[in-house]
Amino acid sequence: MTAALLIDFGSTYTKLRAIDLERRAVLGAGQGPSTIASDVRIGMKAALADLGQRLGTLPKFKYRLASSSAAGGLRMVTIGLVRELTAEAARQAALGAGAKLVGSFAYRLTTADLEKITLLAPDIVLLAGGTDGGNSEVILHNARALATRRISCPIVYAGNRAAADAAASLLAGSTLITTDNVMPEFNVLDIEPARAAIRNVFIDRIVHAKGIDRASAEFDRVLMPTPAAVMEGARLIADGCASSSGLGELMVIDPGGATTDVHSVAGGEPQTPGAMRRGLPEPRVKRTVEGDLGMRHNAATIVAAAGSNTIAREAGLPAQRIAALVENYAREVEHLPDSADELALDRALARAAVGIAVTRHCGSIETVYTVNGPVAVQQGKDLSALKTVIGTGGALVHSGDPRAALRMALADPAAPQSLRPRAPRLLVDRDYLLYACGLLGAVEPEAALELALKHLKEAPNERPLNA
Amino acid sequence: MIEKTQKTLVTGVIGSDTHIVGNRILSMALEQAGYKVVTLGALTPAPEFVKAAIETNADAILVSSLYGQGELDCRGFRDLCIEAGLEGMLLYVGGNLIVGKHPWPEIEKIFLDMGFDRAAAPGTRVETVLEWLERDFAAREHGLRRATS
Repeated sequence: MTAALLIDFGSTYTKLRAIDLERRAVLGAGQGPSTIASDVRIGMKAALADLGQRLGTLPKFKYRLASSSAAGGLRMVTIGLVRELTAEAARQAALGAGAKLVGSFAYRLTTADLEKITLLAPDIVLLAGGTDGGNSEVILHNARALATRRISCPIVYAGNRAAADAAASLLAGSTLITTDNVMPEFNVLDIEPARAAIRNVFIDRIVHAKGIDRASAEFDRVLMPTPAAVMEGARLIADGCASSSGLGELMVIDPGGATTDVHSVAGGEPQTPGAMRRGLPEPRVKRTVEGDLGMRHNAATIVAAAGSNTIAREAGLPAQRIAALVENYAREVEHLPDSADELALDRALARAAVGIAVTRHCGSIETVYTVNGPVAVQQGKDLSALKTVIGTGGALVHSGDPRAALRMALADPAAPQSLRPRAPRLLVDRDYLLYACGLLGAVEPEAALELALKHLKEAPNERPLNA
Repeated sequence: MIEKTQKTLVTGVIGSDTHIVGNRILSMALEQAGYKVVTLGALTPAPEFVKAAIETNADAILVSSLYGQGELDCRGFRDLCIEAGLEGMLLYVGGNLIVGKHPWPEIEKIFLDMGFDRAAAPGTRVETVLEWLERDFAAREHGLRRATS
């Protein structure tokens, strides 16, 4: 037997998946606490012991690959020029690299901005601004500002090429990595090089800076941040590999404790005949993170975003009861629902989080009336024709009713402007394998793809509440 | 500042106007004449011209309007530029700017008063625009806002 070990150094747990590469099957799972704050090896050892107990003995692993979202994840600050243009392109690049965006800035950095960045103490700063040959004054101002502040983290420069040398000499005292412009031409997005540069900095420096490499006896490599591994898993399932085809364009929804992530692997071309696209082009592999939609840390803001009446109606609970439960959730972020009220609330929260997050992720279409008659104008991606939507993450998988939550991702006839999937299959990543497939895809794409396809299950039919 | 030799122009059709053909012909001609042209296309709101000009460090913005609503769409365009720190931006406008039969000098005055540096009447030839650009950029080398003719 050839086996692989896939490790996720998470924010609360160290999670393991052992895979039989020949049978394309999960041998077992193991879990330990996240002990990055003291010594990452303790949690890793506990997780291995847990796995060993389930398997009898631990096999010899051909690959031991890891991802990490521990110690706050890959915390990034992005800086661009115009908010809707290079600043947005920089955000897309950072999100696509699996980062947690802790701050996004546009135009000239002010003293207050610099203070904020210093306090945020990000792992990486992504500095963009200006098209190639375009504005260089603002990015140089910002480079100078960062240099004066002695920002100690690595800086990835992905702005105007024409200003790269001048920026490099301004930032001579910093760790600077120069890569291609996130927007080389006006309204042309090119985020892959920046994404790759961020990932390399993560592998070369951040893994060490966060102390994950102390456990390096137990793994071969930490390949990427966990959200990037989930994204790679999604990409593999959509596009397939050299020898077998995937499921085609799809969406992955992950309502977590602090945020709700949505990934889409899709071009998003207009399905409405004659529709014109406006705004910044979006990456085919796109990730959005909703910081106000978290099942525990940010349950109160889910209620605020959805409206407390909606949540109350959905959960069948009075608003005051909901407010009390939500307050409790924020204090006990590891809490699993253990009463009928909490189960009902979690179901309502997950449904609201999925609905709002997917609406924000998908594009929209509106009719503009011109003297030549009405014209359909599309912003963002049209995902109405997607054939597959995948739900992942504990909150969804263990909700007892993942289909009820995933159905909220679907197009709503009452909101025809929102370009959400109309009639996709709703699948569930029951065994939390997406990250593992994303990691495994880096070395054995065929095995990773087959494993994923085998383990994605049709979401079970909806159950009525209190059944 | 970094020296640049090629001038950058932003072009587009303003407002709820879908007439793209003339603008496209103009943009192609400008490109052939050696300019770097950032084409925003039809249905472009005024703020998008300004945002594109900031990122690309443009030297001039050329606004087209063909459907007779130009006066409404272009009002405040210069102020938008000033607000964005592009005080000295060279601004041209052209097309069927106003519905109805008004003598051209009246229309031209409206748009010059709005802060545009040149207004092109219907039927203005591409060569004329190229000549304006050349003369105005040359005048700017001498600290003038635009050429006198």
